[in-house]
Amino acid sequence: MSEVPSDLRYTATHEWARLEEDGTVTVGITDHAQESLGDLVFVETPAVDSIVQAGEGCAVVESVKAASDIYAPVDGVIVDSNSRLTEEPELVNGDPYGEGWIMRIRPEDPDSLEELMDGDDYEHMITEEEEPD
Amino acid sequence: MLDTIGVADINALFDEIPDALRGASLDRLPDGLPEQAISRLMRERAAADETGLCFLGAGAYRHHIPAAVWELTTRGEYYSAYTPYQAEASQGTLQLLYEYQSMMAGLTAMEVSNASLYDGASALAEAVLMAVRANRKARERRVLLADTLHPVYRQVVEAIVANQGIELEAIPAAEADGALDADSADGFGDVAAVVVQQPNFFGRLESVDALTDLAHAAGALLIAVVNPVSLALLKPPGMWGARGADIACGEGQPLGIPLSSGGPYFGFLCTRKAHVRQVPGRIIGRTVDLEGRSGYTLTLQAREQHIRRSKATSNICTNQGLMVTAATIHMAMLGGEGLRQVALACHHNTARLTAALTELPGVETVHEGPFFHERVIRMPGPAGPILDRLADRGLLGGYDLGGHSPQHRDQVLVCATEVITAEDIRHYAATLGAVLEELHHGQ
Amino acid sequence: MGNDALIFEQGSPGRRATAQAPGHLPAPDGIPAAFLRQEAPGLPEVSELQVVRHYTRLSQRNFSIDTHFYPLGSCTMKYNPRASNSLALLPGFLDRHPWAPTRCGQGFMACLWELQDMLAEVTGLAGVSLTPMAGAQGEFAGVAMIRAYHRARNDDARTEILVPDAAHGTNPATAVMCGFRVREIPTDSDGDVDMQALREAVGPATAGIMLTNPSTLGVFERRISEMADVVHQAGGLLYYDGANLNAILGKVRPGDMGFDVIHINLHKTFSTPHGGGGPGAGAIGVGERLLPFMPLPVVGRDESGEYHWVTEADRPRSIGRLSAFMGNAGVLLRAYVYARMLGREGMSRVAEFATLNANYLMTRLRQEGFQVWFRNRRASHEFIISFRREAREHGITAMDVAKRLLDYGYHAPTAYFPLLVPECLLIEPTETETREELDGFVAAMVAIRQEGIDDIDRLKGAPYAMPVRRLDEVRAARELDLAWRPGDNRTTDTSTATRRAK
Repeated sequence: MSEVPSDLRYTATHEWARLEEDGTVTVGITDHAQESLGDLVFVETPAVDSIVQAGEGCAVVESVKAASDIYAPVDGVIVDSNSRLTEEPELVNGDPYGEGWIMRIRPEDPDSLEELMDGDDYEHMITEEEEPD
Repeated sequence: MLDTIGVADINALFDEIPDALRGASLDRLPDGLPEQAISRLMRERAAADETGLCFLGAGAYRHHIPAAVWELTTRGEYYSAYTPYQAEASQGTLQLLYEYQSMMAGLTAMEVSNASLYDGASALAEAVLMAVRANRKARERRVLLADTLHPVYRQVVEAIVANQGIELEAIPAAEADGALDADSADGFGDVAAVVVQQPNFFGRLESVDALTDLAHAAGALLIAVVNPVSLALLKPPGMWGARGADIACGEGQPLGIPLSSGGPYFGFLCTRKAHVRQVPGRIIGRTVDLEGRSGYTLTLQAREQHIRRSKATSNICTNQGLMVTAATIHMAMLGGEGLRQVALACHHNTARLTAALTELPGVETVHEGPFFHERVIRMPGPAGPILDRLADRGLLGGYDLGGHSPQHRDQVLVCATEVITAEDIRHYAATLGAVLEELHHGQ
Repeated sequence: MGNDALIFEQGSPGRRATAQAPGHLPAPDGIPAAFLRQEAPGLPEVSELQVVRHYTRLSQRNFSIDTHFYPLGSCTMKYNPRASNSLALLPGFLDRHPWAPTRCGQGFMACLWELQDMLAEVTGLAGVSLTPMAGAQGEFAGVAMIRAYHRARNDDARTEILVPDAAHGTNPATAVMCGFRVREIPTDSDGDVDMQALREAVGPATAGIMLTNPSTLGVFERRISEMADVVHQAGGLLYYDGANLNAILGKVRPGDMGFDVIHINLHKTFSTPHGGGGPGAGAIGVGERLLPFMPLPVVGRDESGEYHWVTEADRPRSIGRLSAFMGNAGVLLRAYVYARMLGREGMSRVAEFATLNANYLMTRLRQEGFQVWFRNRRASHEFIISFRREAREHGITAMDVAKRLLDYGYHAPTAYFPLLVPECLLIEPTETETREELDGFVAAMVAIRQEGIDDIDRLKGAPYAMPVRRLDEVRAARELDLAWRPGDNRTTDTSTATRRAK
């Protein structure tokens, strides 16, 4: 069973989001997402200063068998991206909630994070997905 | 077998197809032929198509192909294999493609090559799409095409990028010179990519160093369209200007592929490592197996349509595997020095040819300045009737430039590759002399 | 398997295939030094025998139709008749320059004209263009024509192409290349397109729909006429992806099903070689209203029986040219030879025996307890089995079976496609295989399943009998090694010496 920290917010497309003290939002993909993608071989991070809208694809993670868009969880401006991932995409597999973070967004409205799922909701969602039919 | 399936007759296997849709009579289809009958028909037709001496180039070139090249290429293990998706059962094709990529990277002096595209013209279209994707700094989706680019390549690019919102503009050439004027161009403005062909359509050599630097100064990627045989002799795209071209592409046919009325050939596309994820088509990588042995596999597949679907770099699935098999064997057989000798022989022959033809009254070269293995000559009148009369005598005298621009209707693009002998050149000059004489006397 | 060093690593400075060298010519005068290459291009320096031996040995590291049963679903790996190849390689065809005048090409053009005509007849369409160089380029041409058609009617609101969720990845990729948005239509539990969803999706934004029939799920789309009506009434056109035409050749025609434009994979249905991944040929066929938009050139015939190129002057509304010359001309000759050998009777025999072999193999595998996915449907020329149950109960995945089949001397079927079916193999035996070959395949499948039940770890290690074991694809993608460079270390093959000693 994959790890779902309770202090984060989640999207239905398997991104996590954390509101930092400086008001920015750090974004990555969940443990569940990295597990189902398998070993990542490439991460394309967004350009700093680009403006993103919630639900807009702004980064790509690539494994041998799949490539998935990473969607911005909130409206805002990209203020930072994790440049280490260019050389070490495996950080996302090893530490998805820590060193494997993908980007940092300055949200237009910090409260918009509240519209995302909490840990319980997300855990419920992925458990349903995994039910064998 | 029908009993096992549990049906009475073979037609029952089609019972899910509505009756109303079935039963077309197919009257226009002929009866089937046994192999001996179709063989006879094809031999007759092939014999009817045999042409004699050929001085045509303009994008497809007759070279000697070592006998071993196609003997090996048409082995069933290459000929009847599929795309190497099951790597363990396809190491032959995969290693060969890795060798191909290495040879093309060496020839163009670029870092990476894909495993080939359909042909030279469509490879350029893919290169244009790729450059616009890769050049994220460019504000405009504008691409400049040299006026000296092969006119059909321009048409193919137009057809393939038509619905991508890319603006295609021309870089004008000096008419008398047959080449771009890098000195008078005062910058390219805001463009995503610049396309330059070397040698250009008219066989002239462009000032590629200056043009490459100009493109880079404008923030554009430089796309080089090159003849692979010429690269054994001429400066490769990776060495152009201060930083080198960004994408090199072109027609692979001169590397061991028969003329065959225009296909199948193959297109090649090479680039810098930084752009590798924007490359269309297949790419082979070297890796290791469970026991640490070297092995080869398709890699970077996540760019491709079967995984990325609507976000793929291109809809391309196939490369031109069999053609590349031949080209790889051809390059291995000739080596760098052999290929350089072929390039030199072509160049010397074309120089001798134009010298011989321009001794005839009214026949002259059109452009001065350096060229490679192809040149434009001016005839003393419209080229069409002259070429027709040459063809009557079993000689294809060159490419009629009037076909693309009426003001050039007295101009012919001629090419003499290494397969042309001194006797062939004398024969062409004598025949042309006779034809001009006839026309002069109104016969 | 012998020495698998790269050709570059077998060379010696200055070694050459002497018979292939045209001489020792001086540097050219008239080309200034600034234009010349300074460093050698790093091509191999080897003898002719070394080349022949190396590439002969490499060929022996391949599976192919000529050497192995190759039931790769959706790829139609049937026998490529040798006559098609040798007749396309006759000198008169091979040496003809693409710019040679048409009077020096009447034989070649006659073949193309007749091929156009035969393909139009067997697909039930009004015209055919042979220029697209692969299925994907045929798709591109088809969808570009749909776009050109709507644009010519000033109907610019049509911005969407509908694609079933089971479609090949090329379909959505092509629609995007042609500037359309893609809208996916779900499939119902019997494998047919969900009609209700289709009705809801069509409208004034619908440019067209791309369909494969029989579908990628290996079953015939039974309500095709109804679908055609729905899409046509909404003002859209129907595109037929000819990937699976082999299943219905001569039995039912796309034109009669209501399709406006199709592509035909000549390298599948008309048995031109796959060549390790190409060249293909993706001829397109169109109904009357798309005729003006066909890609060029096309071969025309005038009243005297002489053949000529139809060009932009005759067809100003064409979508243009997709290749420098006449597409993959030599492939077209191979398809022509094949089509003439089949003739009228032979074409429907293709569909009959392809379907017979598929249904026989499907029935035999079902009898052996494998899970056929659409068990109450007739297989077309291919069918799906799923290892979902074996994966859950024994850990045997479709990938494990695919890899182990190689050891048994069978090329693996297509694995994990279509994406809708878990742990699936898509199996297409084609019409050219014997019953004995099919029975042997069933026996191998049964044996492999038993191996997995007995010792799953051993199965996970397959293949064992290939030149290499399973390859590290993650390493291939992370540490990109895409080209050998002069000065590179020799191939890292620690085991070569030991294997040679054995």
